[in-house]
Amino acid sequence: MAAGNYDIARGTALLTMMERIRAFEEQACLAGERDGLVLGAIHLSIGQEAIAAGICGALRADDLLISTHRGHGHTLAKGADPTAMMMELLGRAGGCCGGKGGSMHIADFGAGMLGANGVVSANIHIGAGAAHGLKLLGDDRIVVDIFGDGAMNRGPFLEGLNWAGVFALPVLFVCEDNVYSATTRTEDMTAGPGPVARAEALGLRTTAVDGNDVEAVAEAAAEIAGRIRASRQPEFLHAKTYRQHGHTYFDPAKYRPEGEAARQRAEDDPITRQRDVLKAAGIAAAEMDTIKSAAEAEMVAALTTAAAAPWPASATVFDDVQDIGSPAVEAF
Amino acid sequence: MAVMTYAEAACEALAEAMRADPTVWAVGEDLGRGGVFQQYKGLREEFGPDRISDAPISEAAIMGAAFGAALVGTRPVVEMRFADFALCATDELVNQIAKARFMFGGQSRAPMVIRKPMGMWRSSAAQHSQSLESWYTHIPGLVVCCPSTPQDNYSMMKAAIACDDPVVFLEHKDMWAVEGDVDRSEAYSFGKARLRATGDDLTIVSWSKTCVEAEAAAATLAGNGISAEVLDLRSLWPWDKAGVLASAQRTGRILIAHESVQVGGFGAEVAATIAERSDARVRRLGAPRSLIAYAPNLEDQLRVTADKIAAAAKEMVGV
Repeated sequence: MAAGNYDIARGTALLTMMERIRAFEEQACLAGERDGLVLGAIHLSIGQEAIAAGICGALRADDLLISTHRGHGHTLAKGADPTAMMMELLGRAGGCCGGKGGSMHIADFGAGMLGANGVVSANIHIGAGAAHGLKLLGDDRIVVDIFGDGAMNRGPFLEGLNWAGVFALPVLFVCEDNVYSATTRTEDMTAGPGPVARAEALGLRTTAVDGNDVEAVAEAAAEIAGRIRASRQPEFLHAKTYRQHGHTYFDPAKYRPEGEAARQRAEDDPITRQRDVLKAAGIAAAEMDTIKSAAEAEMVAALTTAAAAPWPASATVFDDVQDIGSPAVEAF
Repeated sequence: MAVMTYAEAACEALAEAMRADPTVWAVGEDLGRGGVFQQYKGLREEFGPDRISDAPISEAAIMGAAFGAALVGTRPVVEMRFADFALCATDELVNQIAKARFMFGGQSRAPMVIRKPMGMWRSSAAQHSQSLESWYTHIPGLVVCCPSTPQDNYSMMKAAIACDDPVVFLEHKDMWAVEGDVDRSEAYSFGKARLRATGDDLTIVSWSKTCVEAEAAAATLAGNGISAEVLDLRSLWPWDKAGVLASAQRTGRILIAHESVQVGGFGAEVAATIAERSDARVRRLGAPRSLIAYAPNLEDQLRVTADKIAAAAKEMVGV
C-alpha cells in the first residue's frame, strides 16, 4: 500500500474497533473464569476481529446485520453499546435483551443488528428474508449476513443463497471461515472445493479475502456494499481467518495440532498485522498502545458497571412471549 | 352475508387484508396459479408476483425468509402446502419465530400467519394426512388456530393477519369445498369457543373437521334421547377453558373428540384441565396411535367418526 495514499484515519479506526472487540471479549472471559459472572457459554471471536471491523466499517449505520453465536464482535462493530452487551452476558437488567438471551442471542435492533443465533446456519435464510422485506418495502438499505464455515454444510446455506438469487435481494453473505466447525476441522467434513464454489454454483458473484487483513476486508466490503446498494443483487464474501480460542471459552481446544494456535497468534494475528501496517504508515507505537489501553479501560468499565447491575425484575419472566395467550395471563 | 366455500372465505379475508395494508403479502409454492388448493385464487392477478409470491420447494427457506421479512416490518402469510411438509421448517418456526421476541428482550415481533393445511381426506397416506396441532400448542410464543367453517376461516384469518404474534393456522384440507354463510362483520376473538349445539347430558368438545362429526353424533344422540352440547374450540392456544368448564359444570360429562392421534393429543390437555378443575367425568376419543394408510378400508380404521363419537357418548351417559 503506497504510504502517500494511505488513509490513516480509516486504518486507525479499524485498529481501534479491533482492539475494542478484543478487549470486550477478554473482559467477558475474565467475567466468566475469574469472577464466575458469565453463567452460560460464550463463543469468542478472538483472532477474527478484522472481519467484524472491516465489514461494519463499510456499512451505513442503518444497514442491517445478522450474526451467529460467535457474534460479539459483529454486534459491537455495528454500533451496540458494550455496557448493555456486557450486562446481557451477565444476565442483568439493562442488558440489550433484558437478560433474556445472553451471549448467543445478543441483538441490538436500534443499531441494525438483528440478532445472533444459537443454531448454526439458521441466520442465512433469515438474513435473505430481511433483504426480501427491504425489497418489498422499497427500502434502500442492505443486509449483511455473517456465518461461519460450519454453516455451509447445513441446508439453509443452499436454500438461503438460492432464495437471495431467485428474488434478487440486496444481501451480502459473509462466510467467516475460522477453520473449525465446533471442535472438528471443517475441511474434514466438507465435500468438494468449499464455500466459494458452492456460492458460485448458485450464481452469486463471489470474492475471497484474507480475513486477517483488516484493510483488505474493509476495501472489499466497501466495494461490494456499494455494488449491492446499486445492483440490488446478492453477493458472497469468503473471509479466511482463524479461531484463536476453543469453541467456547472453556474449551481448551486440545484437538488442534500442536503449535497451530501459537503460530497463528504469532504470525497472523489481525491486530498485530494492522499495527504493522500503521507503523509503516508512520504511526508511533505509543499512539497505538494508547488505543489499546483506552479500549481496555472502556471494557473494564463496562464489566464493572454490568457486575453492579441488578438481575432483571422477576416479573419480566413472562414478558414478550406473546400477546394472545400470554403466559402473563394464562401460563397453564 | 354471502355464501362462500371454506377456501374462498380465507381467500377473501386475505384479499381484504392486502387491500387495507400494503405490508401484507403471501409466499409459498405455486401461489401464482392460485395455490395447490386454489385458496389464493385470483390474488396474483390483483396483487402481482411480489405480494403473491411463488417460492422454491424450500419450506425452511419459505419460513425463515418470511420471518426475516417480518423482522423488518412486513406481515407475511406463509403457505406450507401441507402440514406434513411444514416439518421441514421446524427449526425456523420453533427455534426462531416462536422465540425471537423473547430472546431479544422484546426488540422484535413476528407478525406472521403460517398456513398448514392438515388432516385426512382420501388415500393420501402417511405423509399427506397428518393432524399435528397438539405439537404447536406445546410451543410458547405461538397462537394455534383450527377453523372448521367458512365463517371462521374468514373471521379467524382476518384476526390472524391482524395479530402481532405468529399464528399457526391449520385449515382442514377436506373442507375446502364446504359452503356456508359468511358475515363479514363477524369478528373473531382468540380463545373463544363456538357453541355448535346446545345440550344438557354431556358436552362434546372438538375442533377442526371433527366438529362436523360431533354435530352429526349429537343429532344421532338426540334420536336416542341424549341431549349433547357441542363446543368448537376454534383456537387451541389460547383455548376456551372458561367456556368448557362452564359447560362441564352444567352437563357433568366432557367428551373430547379429535382427528389426531389420541396419545399426547390436545384432548389430553383438555381432559386433564377439566379433571383438575371440576367434578365432571372426562373421556377423550382420538385416532389410534398408528399410521395413516392409503387403502380406504385401512384408512377408515384411523378415523374418528360420528358413529364412534355417539357410541362413546352413550357409554358415558350410561345408555
